[in-house]
Amino acid sequence: MSAPSYPMRRGGPFDPPPQLAAVQSGDRLIRVTLWDGSNPWLITGYDEVRAILSDERVSVDSDLPGYPHMSAGSAARRRRAKMFVNMDKSEHRRVRSLVTPDFLVKRMERLRPQMQRALDGFIDDMLAGPNPADLVEAIALPLPSFAICELLGVPYSERELFHGLSKTIISGRTPPVEAVAALETMLDFMAGLVDAKEKDPGDDMISRLVVQQLRPGTLAREDLVNTAQLMLLGGHETTANMIALGTLALLQHPGVLAEVRASDDPKLIANTVEELLRWLSILHQGRRRIALADIEIGGTVIRAGEGIVVATDIANRDPAAFPDPDTLDIHRKARHQVGFGFGVHQCVGQPLARMELQVVYSTLYRRIPTLALAVGLDDIEFKHDNVVYGVSELPVTW
Amino acid sequence: MKVTVYPAKCVGSGQCVGIAPEVFDQREEDSTVVLLQESPGADLAAVTIEAADVCPAMAIMVEA
Repeated sequence: MSAPSYPMRRGGPFDPPPQLAAVQSGDRLIRVTLWDGSNPWLITGYDEVRAILSDERVSVDSDLPGYPHMSAGSAARRRRAKMFVNMDKSEHRRVRSLVTPDFLVKRMERLRPQMQRALDGFIDDMLAGPNPADLVEAIALPLPSFAICELLGVPYSERELFHGLSKTIISGRTPPVEAVAALETMLDFMAGLVDAKEKDPGDDMISRLVVQQLRPGTLAREDLVNTAQLMLLGGHETTANMIALGTLALLQHPGVLAEVRASDDPKLIANTVEELLRWLSILHQGRRRIALADIEIGGTVIRAGEGIVVATDIANRDPAAFPDPDTLDIHRKARHQVGFGFGVHQCVGQPLARMELQVVYSTLYRRIPTLALAVGLDDIEFKHDNVVYGVSELPVTW
Repeated sequence: MKVTVYPAKCVGSGQCVGIAPEVFDQREEDSTVVLLQESPGADLAAVTIEAADVCPAMAIMVEA
C-alpha cells in the first residue's frame, strides 16, 4: 500500500483534511510520507491517540534517528536547542516541573481581572481607531502577548521583535538556515533578559527561576534560556490563533454566536472554549513521536525505532468520542478533547490559555454586538502550512 | 466512591482542579495534585469521574 503524503490539505477553513477522516473510518493506522521521504505511522483514532500519547514506550526525543520531524527548519532548530517538549521521563519531569507553578489554576484565577482589564483596553483602542480593523493585530495577538510577557517578565514593548521571529520560526516554509538564525536571535534576546534579571530580579517567572534555580546551580543557564524562549513562543502564537479563528468560526455560526453573546453562564463559556479547541484543533500537523519498543496497536505492530505521527486534529472529530463530530455544538461534552495533546507532554500553559479564551469569548461579542466580517470568507488567508493553524488577518467591521 | 491520587505521576496540567475544584487542588510549589475529599458525595460523582478520565498522566483513580 502506498503511503500518502503528510500533512494533508484541509478541505475547508475549519475542518480537518477529508483524507484524514477517510483513514480514520477505514484502516485507522497507516504509513504516511513526510517532507524528507520518511514513512512514519499515522495514528487517527481517539482511543489510539490517547493510548500512544500516554505510552511509556513512546519517546519525544528528537535526537533519535527516525524521529519524524515536521520540516527541515524544525529539524535544524531542534538540533540547535533542545526544549523539555523533546525530553523524556525524569529529564522532562525535572524541567517541566520548574514552570508548572506559574500556571496553577488558582494563579490563573488571580490573573483573570488583570487580563479582563487588558482586553477591555485593547477593545477600547480598536473602537477608537479606524473601522474596519484587523482583529489579529488589534485583539488576538496583543492579549496573549501581554499575558505571557507579564507572566515571564518580558517587556511588552519588545513584542514586535518576538512576533516577527515567532512567525519565521513556526512557518513550515522557512529554510533551515533562516529558522536557526531566528531561533538564535530569540535565544540571544532571552539570554539578555536572564542577565538583566540576575542583576535586578522582579516578580515574574524568569526572575523566580534565576533566584531559585540558576543561582543555586540546580538549573543550567542554557536550559533556563531555552525554557523561557519556549514559554514566550508557545504562550502567544497558539492562543492568538484560537482568538481569531474562534471568532471567525462564531461569526460563521450566527446562532451559536448569539447564544454565547447572551450567556451569563461561565460554565457555558468554558464549554464553548473546549468545543472550539476540539472543533478547530489548530495544532494540525500531528504530535511527533518515536517508538522505543515494539508496540501493538489495533493488530498492527509499530517496531522500535519507527516514527509516529499522532493526528490529534482528526482524533477530535472521532465519532466514537464525539457524536456528530463535525457539528460545532457548545452544549456537548467536550472537555476530553485532545487539542492540548495527552499524556505527560500535554500543554503546560493550558490553564492560562483557557482563562484567556474565556475572557475573550465572554467579552468581545458583548462589547461589540455588531461585530462582522469586513471581507468575504474567500478573501481570508488561512495559514495552511504553519504548525499552528489560523488566519493571517481578520478584517472586521462594527 | 473512593478516590486515589498519584502525585508522583502528576504533571500539573490542572485539568482536575478546573473540572472538580471541590475534590482536587494543586500544591503551590510544584502544581501536583492534592486530594481534598477521598469520598466525594453523589453530587460530585460525575465531575470526579470526568477529572479522572481527562487527567493526561492518569494520576487519578476512582473506585465505585
